[in-house]
Amino acid sequence: MNRPALRKYVNPQFLSDLPEGPCYDAGHLVTVNAGWRTRKPVLDSEACTGCYICYMNCPEGVIFKSDDKVDIDYDFCKGCGICANGCPKDAIVMIREGEA
Amino acid sequence: MGQRAFLCGNEAVAEGVRLSAPHVIAAYPITPQTVVVERLAEMVEDGSVKAEFMHVESEHSALSASMGASAVGARTFSSTSSQGLVYMAECLHYASGGRFPIVMMNANRSLALPWSIYGDHRDSMSLLDCGWIQVYTEDAQESLDMVLQAYAIAEHPEVLTPVMINLDGFVLTHTYELVDIPAWEQAREFLPPYETVNKLDFDAPKNMAFSSNPGNNLEFKLRQHRGMLRAKELIAETDGRFQAIFGRSYGGLTEAYRCDDAELIVVSVGSVTGTCRTVADELRNEGWKVGVLKIRFMRPFPEEEIIAALRNAKAVAVLDKDISFGYEGTVFTNVNSALSKAGAEILKLNFIGGLGGRDISKDHIREMYRRLQDGLDGIAQENVQYLGLGVAIDERG
Ligand code: SF4
Ligand code: SF4
Repeated sequence: MNRPALRKYVNPQFLSDLPEGPCYDAGHLVTVNAGWRTRKPVLDSEACTGCYICYMNCPEGVIFKSDDKVDIDYDFCKGCGICANGCPKDAIVMIREGEA
Repeated sequence: MGQRAFLCGNEAVAEGVRLSAPHVIAAYPITPQTVVVERLAEMVEDGSVKAEFMHVESEHSALSASMGASAVGARTFSSTSSQGLVYMAECLHYASGGRFPIVMMNANRSLALPWSIYGDHRDSMSLLDCGWIQVYTEDAQESLDMVLQAYAIAEHPEVLTPVMINLDGFVLTHTYELVDIPAWEQAREFLPPYETVNKLDFDAPKNMAFSSNPGNNLEFKLRQHRGMLRAKELIAETDGRFQAIFGRSYGGLTEAYRCDDAELIVVSVGSVTGTCRTVADELRNEGWKVGVLKIRFMRPFPEEEIIAALRNAKAVAVLDKDISFGYEGTVFTNVNSALSKAGAEILKLNFIGGLGGRDISKDHIREMYRRLQDGLDGIAQENVQYLGLGVAIDERG
């Protein structure tokens, strides 16, 4: 599974460095996007059975497969809690940012 | 070989669309544009147009669907009129900002209220700033031909800007004339398939129609602006290429008629220009030095051509079939700006007429030339005058 790779943002020097219209190669991420998260999902790998329901549910696509179970990319998780809500094993809990 | 047929403006546009080989047509019928939608639906039905015809529930949806189709690299056509055009106003900006080279016909029709289905230019003129190239045609033949030219201009990789082809409602959409319909092979020679890297593509995935922060929004908008300006050169080039293949030419962004030595010039837009030329010929026979300048493209605005055609005249009348409430006619504002920047010391008057489908007669056009001469002779003139006003303006009006 390809996860988004960060690339360094290079300031355009000339107008022609910009794309013709708001259209550019996909996966071109220049910054993480998680600063608005107030609560974060924390995973208990012992409790997780690897059913991948959260993997399917996550609206940001930031849960990825890892050793038959899952892991979360905190660089892009927005903290919505959908993964925790849908986990049949209660293996994900939402905790206040800064308390973990 | 092509063929000849007796067509109305709407049907001529439908033929132009057929010859452009579109992939997707998405339009919602509205008077006086309905016939173009009906003809295209028939053509898709009988297989003479191999396009998807998308049935949509509104004009907003029609242009949204057109954008979606354009985003996969499809050549896309839509058409509308009046209230439909202003209903899709949000999408007009999306389409131009997204650089989707959609071609759309607009049947110029008055805007409510008072409700009216008849023609004037208030619909498209009130949307001059939406980032679309705007051309106004004069007859059915030009309307057909401009569909082919519009795709060539819109899809140019340095332009990537949608084109609105404006036809005067009823006067042009519903009147019939003999039209040359080019052969399919000629159309293919003139208009290659649409190729773009800006498309949804599994093999080369793209982020499309994304946001920008304040740090680069201006730069995106400047590129969009320059794309439109680039179209200026391309419009004349495209017309030259069109002439080489089809033998017909429309010139550039404007068309000057007997302007070379003219002292009094009427500036017009759209189908009324024919009447203006007839009156100019009559006045020439009576010894007046008069000319007519037709503006074909309102965006990009032909500033240089207008200055060149008008700067040696003594007086210029701009005929507007629209009114920008609280100021003056929009065509006048634009022409006046060009002339003022060039420092041209000319008497300039604005005549507003033809609103809600009212006829502009030969007498009205004579009246404009006469007012210009009166102005030159020292008889004070109102800057904005109204053609064929049926009542006198009084204090309480
Ligand atoms: S939904 Fe729960 S149990 Fe299933 S993979 Fe996700 S964390 Fe593990
Ligand atoms: S909190 Fe929301 S965004 Fe973050 S991993 Fe869970 S579902 Fe995805």
